[in-house]
Amino acid sequence: MNRSLAIALLAAGALGATAAHADVTVGVTLGATGPGASLGIHYKNAFQLMPKTLGGQPVKYIILEDGSDATNAGKNARKLISEDNVDVIMGSNGVPSSLQIAQVATETQTPYLCLTPINVKPDQYKWTFSVPQPTELMMSAVAEHMKKHGVKTVGFIGFSDAWGDLMYKATEHWAQKYGYKVVTNERYARADTSVTGQVLKIMAANPDAVVVGGSGTGGALPHIALVDRGYKGTIYHNHGTVNAEFIKVGGKKVEGAIAPTGPLIVPEELPASNPVKKVALDFTTRYEKSFGAGSRNAFAGYSADAVHLLGAAIPAAMKKAKPGTPQFRAALRDALEHVKNVVGTHGVYNPTPENHNGEDERARVLVRVENGKWRLMK
Amino acid sequence: MNADIFLWLVQDGVTNGAIYALLALALLLVFAVTRVIFVPQGEFITYAALSLSLLEAGRTPGTIYILAVGGLAAAAIDGYAALRERAWRRLPRIAALYIVLPLAIAFLVAWAAPRKLDQWIQVLLVLAMVVPLGPIVYRIAFQPLANASVLVLFIVSMAVHYILSGLSLVFFGGEGLRSSPFWDARFKLGVVEISAQSLFVVAASLLLIVGLWLLFEHSIYGKALRATAINRVGARLVGIPTALTGQLSFLLAAFIGAVSGILISSITTLYYDTGFLIGLKGFVGAILGGMASYPLAAAGALVLGLLESFSSFWASAFKEVIVFTSIIPMLVWLSLRSRHVEEDEE
Repeated sequence: MNRSLAIALLAAGALGATAAHADVTVGVTLGATGPGASLGIHYKNAFQLMPKTLGGQPVKYIILEDGSDATNAGKNARKLISEDNVDVIMGSNGVPSSLQIAQVATETQTPYLCLTPINVKPDQYKWTFSVPQPTELMMSAVAEHMKKHGVKTVGFIGFSDAWGDLMYKATEHWAQKYGYKVVTNERYARADTSVTGQVLKIMAANPDAVVVGGSGTGGALPHIALVDRGYKGTIYHNHGTVNAEFIKVGGKKVEGAIAPTGPLIVPEELPASNPVKKVALDFTTRYEKSFGAGSRNAFAGYSADAVHLLGAAIPAAMKKAKPGTPQFRAALRDALEHVKNVVGTHGVYNPTPENHNGEDERARVLVRVENGKWRLMK
Repeated sequence: MNADIFLWLVQDGVTNGAIYALLALALLLVFAVTRVIFVPQGEFITYAALSLSLLEAGRTPGTIYILAVGGLAAAAIDGYAALRERAWRRLPRIAALYIVLPLAIAFLVAWAAPRKLDQWIQVLLVLAMVVPLGPIVYRIAFQPLANASVLVLFIVSMAVHYILSGLSLVFFGGEGLRSSPFWDARFKLGVVEISAQSLFVVAASLLLIVGLWLLFEHSIYGKALRATAINRVGARLVGIPTALTGQLSFLLAAFIGAVSGILISSITTLYYDTGFLIGLKGFVGAILGGMASYPLAAAGALVLGLLESFSSFWASAFKEVIVFTSIIPMLVWLSLRSRHVEEDEE
């Protein structure tokens, strides 16, 4: 008798506890293994540094591993929503995986903060917000620089995957406006042992500049091959390539490589007037303290910015509903469309119902490899 | 395309083809002797190449932990068997081979790593770390199943591949590494410049191929390997220990993998999982050669290297498609030509 009473009381207590402390639950799926591991590890690391309360509300993160596989990412998203009843999803490192999750987010009406630059229309993917800078925004910095230096023909070599396609499209996107022509569209894979054939084709076309659509250390292979073959033009990379490992692998041969990136790669060199400087500096300092000097990278910043955005949207959503309910998810989505001037590590976010990213030119800087370091170009 | 580009592409294709040829030989050797389609062959490449890069940077490669723990596991399996059979005299040998030797190598590497010794010594250290992994893998994963069907062995082989590549991610991280070339010279040959490193690759491949030929033709161990390859039961009847030939073939496979890894580590950026794809192309080369004779396998691998090089020039987006589709006609021809052989007919 006594025992069953105790159990009943315990159960009631437990129920009461959950109702009183309705944590906001964040579901994350990332691939820290598999082909996207080199990026996924950084995305995942960042979550160790994320605050446990956002907008005055306790937050619980549930992080699942998808092995950089799109099907797994989709499955994880479904699991997070149906079993863990998450309020918002974040992930994953890879365009195919992110598209898969966006689909699930639409179906289940869950706000989704996407950590890869996917190009989806808000009217079609109402629940998806893209945290990273759109590739077009990033490549516009490269296009401006090329115009300033009289580049008329551009050779392109990129990954034979969705990332390569995105980069090619972004390079092509500005061709008309900035008066250049993309003359080659060569592809290679990260694990290729040689890009001689592709590089020879570019050399034969002899463009004024080359854009490499790779990421991480994968961007080094074509760069080294071009330099070995005596290519003299400027070689541009993209924001996926900007990390310390790229220089470690490329050594002297990648000196002078130019790439666009978010401000958090070079916060020390930013002028004090830059609104991003403080947030970016704080994040890189903490990140490098935990994961080693020189470990700063753009990807961890995307995770951080997703959490920043969420933090800005929670107070408005809390006014309308309790976490864990469909009403809260809808309120959160609406709030995400109306947050103003959210300063992240990568830029200042002003999302609108028409633009689910909301970053502007403040979210990109050009950096160049000088003496074995990425330095801000003034 | 002009002659200039043609020659460049041939040079590139031959360099890659030489690596694929080595791997094709290793895969063929292992398959002939143990009937294992050795998927993890590529992992030896990765381990060797990334260990070399780490040693160059003065860091201790995680390969030594795999070596030490793998050795202990193999010793436990062998030791248990010896104890059950009360064969006490086998114990010292087991302890020496599987415990003392791997641990000695591990300590030696841990001692040498921060000292950044000469590059040739680093190469020897890498060989000392990676080559013993071959017999250890055979002892743990394949020897207990020596009589299983090709399909079972293949599935085990996949499992070993996943385990080794998972460990590789843990110990080497997700980003790529590249080591510095042995000799940064370039030779002008008409219009084409040839790098010393690619000459090294081709020379080393030729040397290894000749070495293997000598081994098979002129040494008792080589003959034992050939005998096991031709007929396992027959070999056992004339007193050849098939477990030993299995270990020997894995030792050779690991050696070839390690040498390939050392050779390409300065030509390209390697990731924790790159070896798999290179090994796979070696396998395709072996199939192009009919999966039967060593010279044909080497020739098939060379053709594959050239095919890859030229398709990367003409249609880089479809390179992999072209390379892997090339085995289909060969498979059709093989299956039309051969009569069906039952699996368990030994």
